[in-house]
Amino acid sequence: MSVVTSFTASDGKATSSDIADRLERMPWVEKYRPKKLDEVSSQDHAIQILKRNLQTANLQHMLFYGPPGTGKTSTILALAKQLYGPNLFKSRVLELNASDERGISIVREKVKNFARLSVSNPSKEDLENYPCPPYKLIILDEADSMTTDAQSALRRTMETFSNVTRFCLICNYITRIIDPLASRCSKFRFKLLESEQSLNRLKFIAERENVKLENNSEDEVLQEILKIANGDLRKAITFLQSASRLYSLNIKNVEDQDEDGDVKLNDVDINGGSSEFITISEVREIAGLLPETKIKALLSTIQSKNLDAIFQFLKDDIFLDGYNGAIIIETIHDRLLLGNEYEENEENISLRLSTKQKIEISEIIFDTDLKLINGGDESLQVLNMVLKISQILK
Amino acid sequence: MSLWVDKYRPKSLDKLDYHHDISKRLKALASSGDFPHLLVYGPSGAGKKTRILSSLRELYGPGVEKLKIDVKTFVTPTNRKLEFNVISSPYHLEITPSDMGNNDRIVIQDLLKEVAQTESVDFSNIVSNMKPTINKKNKFKVVIINEAELLTRDAQAALRRTMEKYSSNIRLILISNSTSNIIGPIRSRTLLIRVAAPTNIEILSVFNKIIEKEDLLKFLPKDEIEREKLLNNIANYNDRNLRKAILSFEALYMNNDIITISTPLIKLDWEEILKKLADSILIKRSVANIQHIRSILYDLLSHCIPARLILKTLVINLWEFCSINDKKYKIKSKDEVKLKIVNTGSIFDERLSLGSKDIFHLEGFTIKVMVILEKDSL
Repeated sequence: MSVVTSFTASDGKATSSDIADRLERMPWVEKYRPKKLDEVSSQDHAIQILKRNLQTANLQHMLFYGPPGTGKTSTILALAKQLYGPNLFKSRVLELNASDERGISIVREKVKNFARLSVSNPSKEDLENYPCPPYKLIILDEADSMTTDAQSALRRTMETFSNVTRFCLICNYITRIIDPLASRCSKFRFKLLESEQSLNRLKFIAERENVKLENNSEDEVLQEILKIANGDLRKAITFLQSASRLYSLNIKNVEDQDEDGDVKLNDVDINGGSSEFITISEVREIAGLLPETKIKALLSTIQSKNLDAIFQFLKDDIFLDGYNGAIIIETIHDRLLLGNEYEENEENISLRLSTKQKIEISEIIFDTDLKLINGGDESLQVLNMVLKISQILK
Repeated sequence: MSLWVDKYRPKSLDKLDYHHDISKRLKALASSGDFPHLLVYGPSGAGKKTRILSSLRELYGPGVEKLKIDVKTFVTPTNRKLEFNVISSPYHLEITPSDMGNNDRIVIQDLLKEVAQTESVDFSNIVSNMKPTINKKNKFKVVIINEAELLTRDAQAALRRTMEKYSSNIRLILISNSTSNIIGPIRSRTLLIRVAAPTNIEILSVFNKIIEKEDLLKFLPKDEIEREKLLNNIANYNDRNLRKAILSFEALYMNNDIITISTPLIKLDWEEILKKLADSILIKRSVANIQHIRSILYDLLSHCIPARLILKTLVINLWEFCSINDKKYKIKSKDEVKLKIVNTGSIFDERLSLGSKDIFHLEGFTIKVMVILEKDSL
């Protein structure tokens, strides 16, 4: 952050300001993307194999799969950077994000044309510093959203040009990749991140960005973020950034402008004495979740079995306050069915429910979710769900 | 003369009447000259738009209020021409893509990409003696997307790429009534801001401001308690919807020379009709009445009251009548009846959105409710 202190807006330094500015605005997810394989947290198994590949500079076609936010894209980008170095990267790597550039025509034209090019000669400097193997790399991100046609068009291409091109497919669901493609690749499964490692990463970022977390319980806030993100590190980092953007911004001062045109760019250190810390409840608010007090009130209202009270509570405290149906469903699901994760005390209803009750509740939740997806009216459907659940709780 | 709603719409973040913490955050965001993509959600009449426009003003100065309306034409892949209204100022665009129904994806792709790909030219570095006061803020354009919850999945998926790819040139502000229909990837890329409906007390304070500015005291009851009660009634009737509350207050003022506590509130026709309808469903359970109800429902539908709104209001009315007047309707076990009514409502609500002929489902609901009541009275 020290680079981003004050500077004069004269011609000479304008470019450095631009870079600093761009860096400042970059999403942290991009900013803190690992640059080396060693920096990728978790996924030891996959990393080990890839590292060995890196040493011999010999790569097969690869297929990465696993839930979102586990570092698939980061890993392949880091690998590519280490293989080719920054100069060669542009000419040797083609990254296709399948979400808008899919379809058979793209595979036939863009991919095939790139794959068929013979490799350029690396410069001496690059050769000394990087392995620079004699093949190009095509990264097909979100490959599971490619059509089957496009995937089959890829089959032969992968084989024909394998002397000059390696493919890396990335997807969430391996079942959506057709078998002939999958069998041509060596597969790497990316598992959900272990919370300790993601915690360390979050801590690192929080430190670098000067995020002020609630003082005494720094870890608690980060733990909460991780819990909400549910193993998705990208989500967790985005939450952290949103929280810091929204809640610790008060320290920044626009009027920090001197007469000679000096601009002090968002320097956090200057007015470091801010009282604004990110707390657990603020994190929950950003994620759009119900605050703890509301959840308690909701659960106790459901248990009261007073139908009119439930009706009023849902209307006044949930919908007019802007909370929405999906969140209520999620909360109820969490608290009534998965209650074991929360501390064991008398308020924990889920421990008191019999298996039969839980089955009935989950059936109601399923039914409501379906109706909502079919386009039902939120307040009506949720009212129905809560009323029915209140009848089951006894 | 403009309506009070527009006349007294706060123009700057400092003047907003409630949710001061949100205003504070927005102000901090605006003053830093940069903000992430936003998703502002909350019930209608809570002040989402007002907050956004005020923050834009904070960001760009009064220039954002110079609005003009353009009509853009798009060509669909099937060569049909579409016309689309865009409200714009030098700094921002405002669009309602859901107007286009299933074609909203094209609007999102074409219009947003067009805006996003044009980078604003920054001269402040060339003219070195010019103060770089605004350059930082001018680097991106803001696009406000209304009714984001009505966007189709395709359009939302198209949005997803655009948001990432052009994040240096464009900032999106999505306005939505609920986040349920917004896909996860978009939710995780935006900063969520929840705007809750104002409480009755907050509505009253807004009323008092208007009364002071319009000098209305002489038209209102002299007694302070009575006056408060009257205003409270108006606020209550409108379900914490500030816009609706102010409109109905103004209508009340326009229609009466002097407003007293006994002056009847101005109620919406269709709401009254639905109340009567609910009442008649509860009392007369006969084939003849069904026929009568059908004509009323047809009438409502032909006056463009959405079928789902009719159904929802009916359920709420039936619920309230059952709770208050269960003696009058001779309901034996009122809790059970209410549960069944809501359940039936939820079933027919789903069918309304799956089916295509609204009247069938509304009628089905009516008859089903009658059956429930009939069984209860046995």
